[in-house]
Amino acid sequence: MNLNTIQEVRAGPDVSAGGLTWTDGDSWLAGGTWLFSEPQDHLRRLLDLRAFDWEPLTVRPEGLRIAATCTIAQLDALVAPLDWVAAPLIGQCCRSLLASFKVWNAATVGGNVCMSLPAGAMISLTSALEGVCTLRAQDGSERQVPVVDFVTGNHQNLLLPGELLMAIELPVSALRKRAAFRRMSLTHQGRSAVLLIGTLGQDGGLLLMITAATPRPVQLRFDAVPDAAKLRQRIQDEIPDELYFDDVHGAPDYRRHLTLHFAEEIRAELAAAPLN
Amino acid sequence: MSFHVNGKTFSREPAAGQCLRTFLRDLGWFGVKKGCDAGDCGACTVWLNGTPVQSCITPAFRAAGQEVTTIEGLATGDELHPMQQAFLDAPGFQCGFCTAGMIMTAATLTERDRDDLPRVLKGNLCRCTGYHAIEDAIHGVKAVEVDAPGGACGTNVLAPAGREVVTGQARYTFDTEIEGLLHLKLVRAPHAHARIVAIDKTAALATPGVHEVFTWEDVPRRLYTTAIHDDFRVDPNDTYMLDNVVRFVGQRVVAVLAESEAAAEEGCRRVVIDYEVLPAVLDPEEAMRDGAPAVHDRGEDDFIRQPERNVLIDIHGGVGDVERGFAEADVIHEAAYATHRGQHAHLETHGSIAWVDEHKRLNVRTSSQSPFIARDKLSYLFGISTGNIRVFCERMGGGFGGKQEVLTEDLCALAALKTGRPVKLEFTREEEFTGTSTRHPMRTEVTLGARQDGTLTAMKLRIVSNTGAYGNHGAETLYHACSESVAVYRCPNKKIDAFAVYTNTVPSGAIRGYGLTQTVFAVECAMDELARSLAIDPIELRRRNMVRPGDALVALGDEPNDAEFGSYGLDQCLDLVEAALARGNGVAAPNGDDWLVGEGVAIAMHDTAPPTEHRSEARLSLEEDGHYLLATGTAEFGNGTTTQHAQIVASVLGTTTGRVKVIQSDTDRSGYDTGAFASTGTFVAGKAVWLAAQALQVHIIDFAAARAGVGRDRCGLEEDAVVCDGTRATLTDLYAAAEGSGHRLQAARKAYGSPRSVAFNAQGFRVAVHRVTGEVMILQSAQAADAGVVINPMQCRGQVEGAISQGLGWVLYEKMVFDDHGKLVNPSFRNYRIPAFADIPRSEVYFADTHDTLGPLGAKGMGECPINPVAPALANAIADATGVRFRELPLTPDRIYRPIFERHGVASAAPEPAAVS
Repeated sequence: MNLNTIQEVRAGPDVSAGGLTWTDGDSWLAGGTWLFSEPQDHLRRLLDLRAFDWEPLTVRPEGLRIAATCTIAQLDALVAPLDWVAAPLIGQCCRSLLASFKVWNAATVGGNVCMSLPAGAMISLTSALEGVCTLRAQDGSERQVPVVDFVTGNHQNLLLPGELLMAIELPVSALRKRAAFRRMSLTHQGRSAVLLIGTLGQDGGLLLMITAATPRPVQLRFDAVPDAAKLRQRIQDEIPDELYFDDVHGAPDYRRHLTLHFAEEIRAELAAAPLN
Repeated sequence: MSFHVNGKTFSREPAAGQCLRTFLRDLGWFGVKKGCDAGDCGACTVWLNGTPVQSCITPAFRAAGQEVTTIEGLATGDELHPMQQAFLDAPGFQCGFCTAGMIMTAATLTERDRDDLPRVLKGNLCRCTGYHAIEDAIHGVKAVEVDAPGGACGTNVLAPAGREVVTGQARYTFDTEIEGLLHLKLVRAPHAHARIVAIDKTAALATPGVHEVFTWEDVPRRLYTTAIHDDFRVDPNDTYMLDNVVRFVGQRVVAVLAESEAAAEEGCRRVVIDYEVLPAVLDPEEAMRDGAPAVHDRGEDDFIRQPERNVLIDIHGGVGDVERGFAEADVIHEAAYATHRGQHAHLETHGSIAWVDEHKRLNVRTSSQSPFIARDKLSYLFGISTGNIRVFCERMGGGFGGKQEVLTEDLCALAALKTGRPVKLEFTREEEFTGTSTRHPMRTEVTLGARQDGTLTAMKLRIVSNTGAYGNHGAETLYHACSESVAVYRCPNKKIDAFAVYTNTVPSGAIRGYGLTQTVFAVECAMDELARSLAIDPIELRRRNMVRPGDALVALGDEPNDAEFGSYGLDQCLDLVEAALARGNGVAAPNGDDWLVGEGVAIAMHDTAPPTEHRSEARLSLEEDGHYLLATGTAEFGNGTTTQHAQIVASVLGTTTGRVKVIQSDTDRSGYDTGAFASTGTFVAGKAVWLAAQALQVHIIDFAAARAGVGRDRCGLEEDAVVCDGTRATLTDLYAAAEGSGHRLQAARKAYGSPRSVAFNAQGFRVAVHRVTGEVMILQSAQAADAGVVINPMQCRGQVEGAISQGLGWVLYEKMVFDDHGKLVNPSFRNYRIPAFADIPRSEVYFADTHDTLGPLGAKGMGECPINPVAPALANAIADATGVRFRELPLTPDRIYRPIFERHGVASAAPEPAAVS
């Protein structure tokens, strides 16, 4: 929709050189697919991140660097090295977005993470793969924060005014893990009510990433695959009932029910998988 | 900036925050539609360098320098793109509003994509078709047939506007450029109930570009109703155009008129309103209690039965003696069933454009199911005679009852009359949810008594309907709720008590099924439960009790009634569905023991016209070029009446539909028509067309016979000529001869919605329900419809498929959620999920073989009734599968999983304690 309060869009070197002073009413513009989908009466100026011209995807020995401005379509098209056995999660998470493939052509990975919705499937993906965000402040200084810590609640994250997300690095150690994926939506191909990913390291450690069910991602690490009762207990200990998210895409008790159910399915699946 | 659109270059600077959708429309590419303006529906899909994007969420400046392709740029000259041709041949549309975006998406799909339509089409919503026709189009399945002379009836004739629809040339309400257009935007109430103490317009009026700010003090202080009916006495006059009391969150409070939408929005933000917040009541049962806040004061309209108890109307009736009936029963079933709101979600939002022409006449171009009554309401409100007002529609992007209401025309007219400038008001998608109308929530207590053999001895209903803040359709929907759902069963003792109750919530209104959907759900679920109590097959129980010709159609009373069996196909419908379920469709539940499988059925009866007045006129003439010109007042919103009317004319006059031109829905260009609602497009408007065609046939034959000097029995009409004793006289010659001798080869006829016949439907589902997640998978869906003689089988099937889709959406996915203060929390397609392609199974559609003695060419309407058996059939199937009965809609997985899991959870996944609420 038209954002009629926007008076100016700044692009190019103005933005990338960092010469602009961040003021109230400013917003970064990535794909714009969310920004233009709701009224934004508080905004006056858009700063176009395309100015930075970041390489969308960089495959390196250390892992995968995803620029914030990498589109979902670019990420989905990645041909991953064969030993990244967790790579199918990329396609599964892209398909967990409510947005259609047309939106993928513009929507960005960074935009999805910075939106910080519980159902943000790029948060599910990058947190399960132990991603680390690189944030850049107004003064050009950078800091690094794990994705799982970056998102702090529904529509809430650690970004300070004027700070931006530059990239997310997925370590190769995580990409080489065996993974299991479970998801439920109240409608077919709809927004996730619950999205759980489990990964199993070569050391036998289990990482369970709970997203969509809770306002922020919840990561549970186990040194070894626990038994069903221990897993259940740990989830109940770490996620009190009131932490389950409540909106039109799923009742909290339902999210709790499916979190426990899917966690057990993932546990059983990974426990049965042979170690490399 | 330089933009390349469809091979043309434009030098134009978009506004900084402008999206590509509005920018392209500003450049005149009206094929780019607005459905949601939020990236959810895909109606605005265009290509950027060949890649499809949703243009409403694409910043306009980003398209600079790229090749933009809209639907208008897809064809090569006169040669359609193969996907346009496929959508024309299937045809893959009804109202056509989603079609441009659908084609622009489909045309980019690879072979592999086409195998995964549920995924690749999730960004394209269609509210009309139920997606079958779209799937057919993409897979190249062709249904359209060309009619032979005189053989149009029963043929799958394409809608006359088909080519315009697939090329983006069809003109919907806002697809027009008007010089000097001003824009209205509305300030809506933030409170469920409040009195306006003061409104300060100063800052708003000082906003650059703002012309006027209208408040309750600037509008005619005349009570009226926004509801559209021929007989204005059936609805309460409880509404002011703008009021100093607000009764629901979202009510119109102030209208700001400005040079641009942006300026009008800014003006709205600067209006200062001082509210005195009043106590509100949101629940209808609470609203009827002593001491509840009164939504409407005494003195507004004495139509309101008990304003102090918020009762708009109460209805009490029945036949026989239910107490005696229950005493005679072996089994009594008693339960309450509740149904929720639902939004029409037609893809074209409400809106209109008004101007005063050089003859000082008020013109209103709008999206209305009834231009004539909209005109009459404007006449009443502004004190202008109807002769000085023209209201018209071109093509409409869906209606479903939502446009049987005057919601935008009045303010546009006000502003145009005040300023002399053309004025536009176009609702946003959010306003559709917060400021139009919804399905009436109803709670229905049903008590049924039956003998051991299944014979009903008594039926008792108590219905409470929530009409919301205004009474618009509250009374008529309640009467409908009390009618066919009960009359479909033969039972000597019936009693109904019903109440339509005001609350401080968004008004309920007219929507497909019109009150009946809710009580069909209640009665058909109750019948299913009764069958289980009696250990009788639910289909058999219906057979033993459903009405048959010779039975009286009785619900509220047994006084004389103008509804009768013009035809009867309920028995066939039930047989067809029973056979379909017995036959199966080869679709099995997924592997594993997590899925519970069951079947359910329901039936529905629908009067073919409303009990209130309903009138249509058709005017038909032979034109100079030998074609026929038909003018009707009814409106086309995808329901297919235009096609059917052309088919009726062609059938009677022995010609083809290609030789019949239809003009419609324009108060200046046709006779009076009550409107396109109550499933009357075929039965009433179609009858007027049929009568006019027969009259014209007589005129033409008489004239030709006299001219040839032979008896009229020796003359016959052919496609383009009359043949008298073997001698052909072409219609163009006849026209010229008639003109020359002062004859007019034309006819007009009126039809009236009485006597009424009855149409029937039966729906069957076989479902699988996941015992852990509560997911409902529809394995088989079969519906049989008794539409009498089916004039256009393809279109009629489309009505049934679309109604099933809307019904499934209502039951399984759609849910309007309000906070404790009456504010809707999910006013968008992103959060109010209407079915997408992936959500709808393919249905089998069958037609009963009947011929109606009251309908034109033996036909009956089929616009609404097919939605009515969907919800109960599905609830019955879920109950059959799981052993758990759900009596309150919707049946989303998170609302139904718990009792299912408690019943079917297995040891490996221990049942949850039921403590979490």
